[in-house]
Amino acid sequence: MAKKRMAVNVEDLTVAYNEKPVLWDIDMAVPKGILLAVVGPNGAGKSTLIKTILGLIKPAAGTVEIFGASYKQQQHLVGYVPQRGSVDWDFPTNALDVVMMGLYGKLGWLRRPGKEEKKLAMEALEKVGMSHFAHRQISQLSGGQQQRVFLARALVQDAMVYFMDEPFVGVDATTEKAIITLLQDLRKRGKTVIVVHHDLETLKSYYDWAMLLNVRRIALGPVKKVITPKNLEQTYGGRAPFLAAKSQND
Amino acid sequence: MGEGRLSLLPRAKMIEILYNIISDYTLRNVILGSAIVGIIAGSLGCFAVLRRQSLLGDAISHAALPGIALAFLLTLSKSPLILLLGAAAAGFIGTLLVLLFTHTTKTKEDAALGIILSVFFGFGIFLLTIIQKLPTSNKAGLETFLFGNASTLLQSDVRLMSLFALMIFIVLLFFWKNFKIIVFDYSFAKSIGLPVKTINIILTALLVFAIAIGLQTVGVVLMSAMVIAPAVAARQWTNSLSVMVLLAALFGAFSGISGALISSLVQKMPTGPTIVLVISAIVLFSLALAPNRGILWDMYRKKKNRKKIRLDNTLLNLFRLSKSHNDPYHAHDLKSLMAIDPTGVREAAIELEQNGLVKRAGSRWGLTKQGIEKARSLAQGGVF
Repeated sequence: MAKKRMAVNVEDLTVAYNEKPVLWDIDMAVPKGILLAVVGPNGAGKSTLIKTILGLIKPAAGTVEIFGASYKQQQHLVGYVPQRGSVDWDFPTNALDVVMMGLYGKLGWLRRPGKEEKKLAMEALEKVGMSHFAHRQISQLSGGQQQRVFLARALVQDAMVYFMDEPFVGVDATTEKAIITLLQDLRKRGKTVIVVHHDLETLKSYYDWAMLLNVRRIALGPVKKVITPKNLEQTYGGRAPFLAAKSQND
Repeated sequence: MGEGRLSLLPRAKMIEILYNIISDYTLRNVILGSAIVGIIAGSLGCFAVLRRQSLLGDAISHAALPGIALAFLLTLSKSPLILLLGAAAAGFIGTLLVLLFTHTTKTKEDAALGIILSVFFGFGIFLLTIIQKLPTSNKAGLETFLFGNASTLLQSDVRLMSLFALMIFIVLLFFWKNFKIIVFDYSFAKSIGLPVKTINIILTALLVFAIAIGLQTVGVVLMSAMVIAPAVAARQWTNSLSVMVLLAALFGAFSGISGALISSLVQKMPTGPTIVLVISAIVLFSLALAPNRGILWDMYRKKKNRKKIRLDNTLLNLFRLSKSHNDPYHAHDLKSLMAIDPTGVREAAIELEQNGLVKRAGSRWGLTKQGIEKARSLAQGGVF
């Protein structure tokens, strides 16, 4: 396989909190242009995996590559939607301002966002159906609207690979539909989108690839191939992750 | 004529007082100094409060005391620059120790802050006691750093404070957007490649210096009030970070100046407590009365909501009752409604009648055409 074509390539990744492995020996090769769901039970390490790829958590071992180079070199190619609950929405700012933060990386240390940045941010808000709420204080937005703002912030990053941490948690049905349409649209334009996902029922209709994770990687591939009763049993079966991992090689 | 003269007198008096303030060397220093303290502590405090690091300000200011004492012991000089640098260095070390504590042991941050605060403060008091027993002549005055004394401010102090304040202000402006993003979303800031650690250190350094320049005026014990209170009050009035910082600076300056003036006019009145009383009043006022976020506003909104729910429920109940008669206009005695929920039915019915949604016929009340439409949309929309 030509490694260079891989949007994300993770090898032997191990992350441990206080010596207890949260992620164990993960290999993950994600080709360009797919929409990938990362699924697994609570505590499986899904968020940790994304945060480690993004350099927010230091791994105990292993390497991460984005389009064949380290994250530091390629961060301009990466867009990130953190969990909505990870920030204080009572922060005194409005939706437009939050979206413009997606451009701070390109602006560098000193340059301030100006007219051009405002225009880009407005366009992104338009895409997520939030342009009417541009000047709304962020605490006055509903959960779904806050999620759309986060999504718009990732859109202005104009990335090649997007990482999204549970974008469907606590959003209304309309927002869920709007978000998935947008994600599928991104994939159509050749972007790679990696989403931490919770709902197994929507898996097949939303995504083309899936990764089953429970501390160890259970499976990774096209949804139809990967979502088998055996794999699901291994991921969610209520057995100790160590045993599940052991029988994986059968 | 007589009235005019009467109103002229206090004005002349006021001008005289103002003139005294401007020309009086001590008063001028007091006002300038405490205004600077209020502005700088207030604006930097916004970031501390928004990051939920209010207690860090308290730890830094208490930790500064041994720094001041050590700086004096080592140099035997009370030069404001040396004392200020001593305070800042100790404040820094205190902050670093808090970080070290939380990262290397399982101590939680609040416990670490509490430990550092009290240990450093205790050590500072210990050093001050030693200094009292020294045979040197210029030992007096360091104890003003406990509760602050604005009237001890000299012109050289104020000059130094302005210089530091100006530097803090310039850095704040330069790094504004970086500070904003690391306070709002640290992980995201890191993911887009901003040097979050450096930005964090710079922000903390600004806070340390903002506190250090206020210690002579306000004192280490109460300095944290100058950091926290203006920000808390300012947050009540605005939803924009820049306006919040400006307001906090304004509140800080106002409480600084008025507190310092009161304390320097009343003999032996320490400045810190006076300033704290003024800023506390501003905080109380803001918490109670600010639009949108204030307590009174909240109560008003809840009351309005309750009334709306009562109106809607009364309308819906009339609508539901009429359904069992196959006639949407069928009128009912209010007693039938009170069987469902007795509170405020009559008042609600009267208001609904004023709005043209309900019509009274004797003791019976029925929906109007408008009322039926409204009730239908309510029943479908399921707003409540």
